[in-house]
Amino acid sequence: MNIGEVRPYGDRMNDGAIQISFSLPVPVSARSIEAVKLIAARMGMNNIRLVHAQDMGNNFSFYILYGAINISVDLQAIHVPEVELQLFDFWEINDLIRREFKRKVVVIGATIGADAHTVGLDAIISAKGFGGESGLERYPELEVFNLGAQVPPELVVEYSKKIHADVVLVSQVVTQRNVHLFNLSLLAELLEAEKLRDKLILICGGPYINAQVALETGFDAGFGPGTTPLQVASFIVHELMKRKMRKK
Amino acid sequence: MKLNISQEQANACRQIAKEVALEIQRDIAPLSTVSVERAILRLLGIEGEKEKIPYVNILVDNLKEQKALEEGVLYWIANACLNTGLSPQDVALKVVSGSLNPVHLSRKSFQEVKNKAEELATESLSRLYKKKKAREALKQSFPPSLPPLLYVIVATGNIYDDIAQAKTAAEQGADCVAVIRSTAQSLLDYVPEGITTEGFGGTFATQANYRLMRQALDEVAQKVSRYIYQVNYCSGLCMAEIAVLAILEGLDIMVNDAFYGILFRDLNMYRTMVDQHFSRYLLGLFDVIITTGEDNLIKTVDAFKEYSIVLVSQFINEQLAQQAGMKKDLIGLGHAAELDPKIPDSLLWELTQAQLVRQLFPRSPVKFMPPTRYKTGNIFFAHVLDALFNLVAVWTDQRIVLLGMPTEALHTPYVQDRFLSLESALHIRNASRSFSRELQFIRNGQADKRACELLTQAVETLMKIREVGIWNALSRGVFSQIKREKRGGRGYEGVFKKGKFYLNPFLDKKIVMQARRRAV
Repeated sequence: MNIGEVRPYGDRMNDGAIQISFSLPVPVSARSIEAVKLIAARMGMNNIRLVHAQDMGNNFSFYILYGAINISVDLQAIHVPEVELQLFDFWEINDLIRREFKRKVVVIGATIGADAHTVGLDAIISAKGFGGESGLERYPELEVFNLGAQVPPELVVEYSKKIHADVVLVSQVVTQRNVHLFNLSLLAELLEAEKLRDKLILICGGPYINAQVALETGFDAGFGPGTTPLQVASFIVHELMKRKMRKK
Repeated sequence: MKLNISQEQANACRQIAKEVALEIQRDIAPLSTVSVERAILRLLGIEGEKEKIPYVNILVDNLKEQKALEEGVLYWIANACLNTGLSPQDVALKVVSGSLNPVHLSRKSFQEVKNKAEELATESLSRLYKKKKAREALKQSFPPSLPPLLYVIVATGNIYDDIAQAKTAAEQGADCVAVIRSTAQSLLDYVPEGITTEGFGGTFATQANYRLMRQALDEVAQKVSRYIYQVNYCSGLCMAEIAVLAILEGLDIMVNDAFYGILFRDLNMYRTMVDQHFSRYLLGLFDVIITTGEDNLIKTVDAFKEYSIVLVSQFINEQLAQQAGMKKDLIGLGHAAELDPKIPDSLLWELTQAQLVRQLFPRSPVKFMPPTRYKTGNIFFAHVLDALFNLVAVWTDQRIVLLGMPTEALHTPYVQDRFLSLESALHIRNASRSFSRELQFIRNGQADKRACELLTQAVETLMKIREVGIWNALSRGVFSQIKREKRGGRGYEGVFKKGKFYLNPFLDKKIVMQARRRAV
């Protein structure tokens, strides 16, 4: 096998075979069939075989086609950047915690300061979750306490002490006069003063939150819009493992 | 096809669930909520919004601020109508504009206020009964749908795109179309107004959107000569209000679960129980089918070992709905298998569980939910899982089947995803239609054993719930290990104790009868 020149494979080496299917917002007709072939041709397909064309009602139609493409890639020339966060799946995360830590990981979530927006926090934490993924509450090996909105940073500190939290998740939506930076830094400082900072994984999230914000405010990670519960859970597990290794 | 299960055990489940439901009923009877009060205002025909805040919210908040909500909104509205001679809507307009304070008007005798309230309630209900009759007549004009009803979801975020997708689905053979709501709408303590074209993972449930979808489905029904059922979600902090909107706009099926909000949305348990009771009461009056969400209970626990929690929740949901006055044939209990396909005989267990639910609740229009947990980006294998699910659904004679999508794990369905899914379901509905009458489980075989085991577990869990009390059970994680505090969760501040002049004649059988007669 020449990995300098890899092509799609159907049943013979280098045949370039591919299959595609899609819909058009018009009924099937001689013209629509030609249109589909034209689309395929413009995609670079040759030997186009339209194997299925069907009306789907309300002027939509569905097509399946086969063909070949004359594209090859050099696998050696591909350099994949180091993946920053390797995602685990739901089951892996729970298994890892069970195996590596032999206890539940305690997570606190809150929107701090005057901020009353909890949509982001809920998307990550509440059982229903976001984007088809379960929220952190649904992970049997995570024990989650959702403190809700407008929680003073002092209370987060007090609560983390009380329940021996491993992770603190903070959501900030309001950014007027950089109030989010103020709130986040304050929390990090308070935790530091209580000598809790190193025992905790501190994570912030929100529409204007990113890695830079996390760095500036003394957090371990900052997640922006579109983040899913799985990404947060994966980060938590990675970070816990990293810290465990360091201790050894 | 029948499983050989113990009737005594089934009866025991029902009896214990009834006691649990009665405990709930006893504790919520003295309570009302802001959502129930807003539902009453909507029943009176009050509509409109000011600066994005619905009138019904402004009215309820106004009374709450004046510490006058304990008497209930109807007391104050009826008293205001008596004082001013205005309609409830005109009273509302004046309160919203600040030109009338209902609490400052002279208070008529309680009997006078009560009579007026009853008159308003009778008028409102008879208006709704007239609408219901018209819808029934429309439904009757079509041939009865083939079982099971095929249920699909649209979720574009834009009501106009939803309509295009819904009409297409109907032409492809769907019987029921549900519009998924925008993410976290259930956490809003008000119902947004107007036609909406922006949503997150779904489309906002508003009265205007309901109306547009209703028109579209009635139109396409004529084209395909089949009645198309409109489905939406009667859940979250506005459960009771949404029930009113559904009745007003002629929806057929509402997803409505007594526990879902508490467990999966962290809504306060008292708030949810009060709201579900009034919402179910209203939906029951107007023959709207409810469907419950037990499929959620087994999505993150071991679905094989812990399946019996589905039965537990179904028994309690059934009793709660019955106590709200619903007939059994309106109580669509939900279930799913969500079994790991790698388990040997997973299909047999799926078949057994589906049959067990059907047998335990023979009159319920049960809603069977598709596999989702073990679907990946392999859309071809997902299609196989769905085909097997469809087979089980038809074989066990389920009533409503939510169709799985090959792209379940990827995105909200493309038009061709729904098409392929319906094509498969139509084929299987036709190809295996007589299975339930022609095939039989071996007596005392593996299926019978599994069914008995599950029923035994359900009895045990129900007994445990009865022993500690339902509120404690919810705070101790009996349901899928999720723990909720009694006073915790959203919406607790909206729960209040009814005062001595509290009025809600909508609950009065006499008034309902009168309204029904008047609508003839």
